[in-house]
Amino acid sequence: MSEKLINLTLKVWRQKTKSAPGEFKTYEAKKVSTDSSFLEMLDQLNDELIQKGDDPIAFDHDCREGICGSCGFMINGQAHGPLKSTSVCQLHMRNFNDGEVLTVEPWRATAFPMIKDLMTDRTGLDRIVKAGGYISVNTGNAPDGNAVPVPKVDADEAFANAQCIACGACVASCKNGSASLFTSAKMVHLNSLPQGKVEAEKRALSMVGQMDAEGFGACTSTGACSAACPKDISLVSIAKMNRAFLKASLNKKPEVQGGEAG
Amino acid sequence: MSKLDSKAPSGPIETKWQDHRFNMKLVNPANKRKHSVIVVGTGLAGASAAASMGELGYKVKAFCVHESPRRAHSVAAQGGINAAKNYQNDGDSISRLFYDTIKGGDFRAREANVYRLAETSVKIIDQCVAQGVPFARDYGGLLANRSFGGAQVSRTFYARGQTGQQLLLGAYQSMMRQVDLGNVELRTRREMLDLVVVDGKARGIIVRNLLTGELESHEADAVVLATGGYSTVFYLSTNAMACAVTAAWRAHKRGAYFANPCFTQIHPTCIPVHGENQSKLTLMSESLRNDGRVWVSKVKDDKRKPTDIPENERDYFLERIYPSFGNLAPRDVASRQAKYRCDEGHSVIPGGEGVFLDFADAIKRNGENKIAEKYGNLFQMYDKITGENPYKHPMKIYPAPHYTMGGLWVDYNLMSTIPGLFVAGEANFSDHGANRLGASALMQGLADGYFVIPYTIGDYIANTKLNPVTPTHDSFKEAANNVQGQITKLMNIKGTRTVESFHKQLGRIMWNNCGMARNEKGLTEAIKNISKLKEEFWSNVRVPGDANYLNPELEKAGRVADFLELGELMCRDALDRKESCGGHFREEYQVDGEAKRDDENYCYVAAWEWMGESKAQSLHKEQLTFENIKLATRSYK
Repeated sequence: MSEKLINLTLKVWRQKTKSAPGEFKTYEAKKVSTDSSFLEMLDQLNDELIQKGDDPIAFDHDCREGICGSCGFMINGQAHGPLKSTSVCQLHMRNFNDGEVLTVEPWRATAFPMIKDLMTDRTGLDRIVKAGGYISVNTGNAPDGNAVPVPKVDADEAFANAQCIACGACVASCKNGSASLFTSAKMVHLNSLPQGKVEAEKRALSMVGQMDAEGFGACTSTGACSAACPKDISLVSIAKMNRAFLKASLNKKPEVQGGEAG
Repeated sequence: MSKLDSKAPSGPIETKWQDHRFNMKLVNPANKRKHSVIVVGTGLAGASAAASMGELGYKVKAFCVHESPRRAHSVAAQGGINAAKNYQNDGDSISRLFYDTIKGGDFRAREANVYRLAETSVKIIDQCVAQGVPFARDYGGLLANRSFGGAQVSRTFYARGQTGQQLLLGAYQSMMRQVDLGNVELRTRREMLDLVVVDGKARGIIVRNLLTGELESHEADAVVLATGGYSTVFYLSTNAMACAVTAAWRAHKRGAYFANPCFTQIHPTCIPVHGENQSKLTLMSESLRNDGRVWVSKVKDDKRKPTDIPENERDYFLERIYPSFGNLAPRDVASRQAKYRCDEGHSVIPGGEGVFLDFADAIKRNGENKIAEKYGNLFQMYDKITGENPYKHPMKIYPAPHYTMGGLWVDYNLMSTIPGLFVAGEANFSDHGANRLGASALMQGLADGYFVIPYTIGDYIANTKLNPVTPTHDSFKEAANNVQGQITKLMNIKGTRTVESFHKQLGRIMWNNCGMARNEKGLTEAIKNISKLKEEFWSNVRVPGDANYLNPELEKAGRVADFLELGELMCRDALDRKESCGGHFREEYQVDGEAKRDDENYCYVAAWEWMGESKAQSLHKEQLTFENIKLATRSYK
């Protein structure tokens, strides 16, 4: 914690509403502490803008601990900025040099409609979860927690994928605007556990179907998503999703309606 | 002053909940779909309640301020969740978890609620495992446990340092399944700004659509608030930026009593403050105290590097003062001792406040790999925030506001003083008394949401005559006008000071006077200063932009307005409670630096009733009786 003060030039995308035209505006961020986070630097700038009677820059943020997934935008064309495995709220100004010029813009993807400035609408990701990103178990239905042992390697794989924070960096970094990394992370999380295997095939078909319906693009395996992921979700997850989808498509059996026991 | 009825059932503590469930009226499955429930907040308590009630067949409407329910602040809980499974065969039981929680809360919680919590804890783990929560496991495939502050058994289940996130995803996914099935209607980016009370019963809410600025009225047969705690009253806290008291406070102003507002928890292991522009503090999980040793130099203002300070010149103060619990002393105790060391001049940060949390011994004993496996992501987070490598240098930590035990008063059924208004999770006051034990917040949120509210709300609906209401009812119009009036007022002040500057100033007043140590003089002054600040706020705040579109400054202004009123009440409550207990430490009442409780005069829950603008709240008491655990001085020595 050896604090220094630096000055930066920011070119920030400003757009009042979804339909209004947007443009880059240039701001000088002065006397920024290197101990501040990127968002605290924006707070400082916003404070100045409010004092001057200007409209502050809108950006999503909440926990500021890198876990809620609210924040995220492009810094010089990189999702969440230059530091690997880091969301923008955990990116500290000591990673920048005095006098640097930074271009700051929102996620850009067909399936993430614009809201304002650096904010976009990522609710498409929730709708993918809604389409099978769960295990169907009602409250009270569960057997003892230790009734089904789960091999440690499977539990670890489930955990590694479950870490996804749904920030949308993968989509924004993909030239196709694909949500494959996000979707596959949820799928692999659930499919690798014995509890989740029962619905694995149905899940693969419905989640992929919803992903396409939302207008997310296809995956061409460039790996840009995984490189930008603050939680280091592996590209292997996409391969596993493709395999699960293929298997489910070939295995698809007709569902008997009204099959409940009388 | 009236007496509050906890409605705790009679009979032996072990069968109270079971008997109560049998005595409750049920709503038959066909009728459930005719009844609607509003759930505000989608953290652990809210999402689990919405999912479970959706499964039962109620028509549920769920609301959250976030873009997605998965972003609720439960997501940030790190360390774990307690459950009396006794998988480790180390002597745990429901009775022991019950005992630890009552004692940890310094005998200021209701026995019946706490017993039910301990009893329910067992089922929570089962439920979460079935949902696919990837808890840590041993090589045999069975669930792993670790120990946590205030307990001598290993009963904490965890998913590395991200337990809250994983439990929330479990609850969120269950809720999304109900959204998919059409049983839960989800409305995101909505902030509740008023409660609608019709014929004395909670029947709806007014929310602001944060994207369009539009006010919406929603009606239901019952309302559940699961809107979290109010630590952000201190401005700097470990809570997320959008955490607020607003929903609870607006309900308070409609008649819900606010209980024990001064019971707040200051968490001992947070990353110290770096400077003026800091927006929030980051917690380092308490689980770190399993392997980390807390110490300061015995020399005042020691400028040496920690590695240059020889063993015999170090004060491992928690191990010294509390030999049987050592570094795992409960949060309030550990925080206070860190404060004392810094007050005495032993801070490890020049010009600031901090103590060391050192892993050198654990790394020597177990190797860096083993430590990385347990705490890797926490160490990485520390490195990112401070720019220092905790494998090489001891961490620097200091206490920070983290959790609020106080909240809206609820009875055994988790119903507030307004019939039909239920309160779950951190938003209620019920289970933690004057201090919460680590890994118990997740447990309580999920117990309330999965296993308590779905039952008690059915009993309320089955026993209550609920006439149909629509948003055209006068009470809805009055509430909507009230909200619109406040928004217009805030927009029209057009003063010179930012919302943030008021919040920061309030935070400083609260931290200095109503934080880790409190006294009569400080509290009295704080009340005066808050009152002045409130006056200035309403005449000089600047809210830029437009109320009819996304406006984060307007959102914050409404929240700070409520914090100003809450802050005053917290100080009054702290002033009124002339004893020390748990997180509430009155400097006038101590023995050798430890809290001096006064069971004769203060063994009660203080529940405050709103009496109208510019009038002081009036105090109601719920007397606490301890039939199963003997009132005793809490000792961790």
